[in-house]
Amino acid sequence: MTKIERRTQNTGMPHPSMSKQDFSTAKIETKDLKARFGKVEVLKGINLKFPENSVTAIMGPSGCGKTTFIRCLNRIHELTPGAKVEGEVIMDGINIYSPNVDPVAIRRRIGMVFQKPNPFPTMSIYDNTVAGLKLNGVRDKKKLEELAERSLRMAFLWDEVKDDLNKPGTALSGGQQQRLCIARALAVEPEVVLMDEPCSALDPVATAKVEESIVALKKDFTIIIVTHNMQQAARISDFTAFIYLGQLIEFGKTSEVFEKPKNELTEKYITGKFG
Amino acid sequence: MKSILPTQISLWRKIVNKLMTILVIVAVALAVIPLIFILGDVLLRGAAAVNLTFLTSLPAAPTSKNGGIASPLVGSFTMVGLASLFSIPIGVGAGMFFSEYSWSKLSTVSGFMNDVLTGFPSMVLGLFVFVVIVLTTKSFSAFAGAVALSFVMIPIIARTTDESLKLVPNTLREASMALGVPRWKTTFRIVVGTGKTGVLTGIILAVARATGETAPLILTAFWSTHYATNLFNQPIGSLTYLIYLYGTSGASNWETQAWGAALILILIMLALNLFVKVIIGRSLTEARMG
Repeated sequence: MTKIERRTQNTGMPHPSMSKQDFSTAKIETKDLKARFGKVEVLKGINLKFPENSVTAIMGPSGCGKTTFIRCLNRIHELTPGAKVEGEVIMDGINIYSPNVDPVAIRRRIGMVFQKPNPFPTMSIYDNTVAGLKLNGVRDKKKLEELAERSLRMAFLWDEVKDDLNKPGTALSGGQQQRLCIARALAVEPEVVLMDEPCSALDPVATAKVEESIVALKKDFTIIIVTHNMQQAARISDFTAFIYLGQLIEFGKTSEVFEKPKNELTEKYITGKFG
Repeated sequence: MKSILPTQISLWRKIVNKLMTILVIVAVALAVIPLIFILGDVLLRGAAAVNLTFLTSLPAAPTSKNGGIASPLVGSFTMVGLASLFSIPIGVGAGMFFSEYSWSKLSTVSGFMNDVLTGFPSMVLGLFVFVVIVLTTKSFSAFAGAVALSFVMIPIIARTTDESLKLVPNTLREASMALGVPRWKTTFRIVVGTGKTGVLTGIILAVARATGETAPLILTAFWSTHYATNLFNQPIGSLTYLIYLYGTSGASNWETQAWGAALILILIMLALNLFVKVIIGRSLTEARMG
């Protein structure tokens, strides 16, 4: 820990409150968001606003807390034993951490796609797609079929699987499985979709397809994507946040962050001097 | 650069290698040969007694050659069935708790106690049920026998459930929770749904174990040659008790019938174990297709 602190001092880390941005239509906003595992503080107070109907990329080196950050946004972080969250996450004016908010209901409005494709192994492609609906009590067959097709189309998977909907979801290739997971997240009709390095386990061709679907999705959803891959952030995101050692270093339009970063650390990271 | 490892295997190492191989083969033979002898012996002696009338007639006096095992067979099925009714929900429920709340102290402590119960002498379990149920109801009964058997089954089911649910990747739990599925539904539908092969295997192995138990029944179900008309106030026979009773009787007719009953019991065990193999085999093929 001391080693990291020393490094922080050397690089002249700015105070987290310095990121002041104002986007009038923020869908989600975090206020002094802190997260910890037991005694280790992973996030040290993050203030961020995610504009509606846009793709925001969250970048940062391994272990900087970006995955923890996005897992705080749908209250999945707190499911890990010993994990704690402080601060506020405000969606549409409501703090999702206030005691009268049901985390289960919040997770239906904020979907998530994980790092590794994780289709339910006992379910068919179709059942995987509508799993969230079925498990939440939707029985109407017509509605289920409709939403399944729509979600699979939005995930750019429909044409590849429309004749094999009854095959097991695990029979698909890695990239197809990940798009199936995207479709599964979309089927419950969330407003925000969180993606935690969705392409890190995929080859370039599969990555391109997932990226294609992400870009198409932003007209209906607010997308927040954690990525390791700077080219990916540059390709698909409208806004970029750079997190380092649990603090927000920089946030802005992707083009600005990449072309003229305000912070020395961001510049070093983007130019590959560390990371 | 010359390798520091010798390029040729020395004669000594070749000899040691051969020797170890032979030792392992001897160990396997020592483990398997008794089993083959037991199976062969039961098959040879039992086959002489087994026929349709043996299966369908009631036990008879030691002087009769025509006694059967119908009522004890039904008794065994009744008690194992009842015990399954008690122990499957409790065992699977406990296993779910051990696996899904493994971080809690209560889960660790009760998991440890469950392990102790697994190794508990089944005679003592029978004695406990004798004191608690038989003395209170003032009667041996199928119910008391079933309770004793469920004490044998619960820890097995709980532990195998726990272990097979722990194998379900955490990412699936998270995927389900992230869809806004409540925790209990995630556990029942996704976690148990994914680990159901293991859970089912544990249940069948527990059933097999209970079917083969004698000690817990001696003080609880006791013995009867008739069909039980009431499960709560009359003793009931079982296959294992019959084998114990007839086998130690010294009467040659009964001894032959004990061998026959042993053969039937072993066939039931074999069938249950084969069933487990089929289930596991099928789920493996599914996994490979996937």
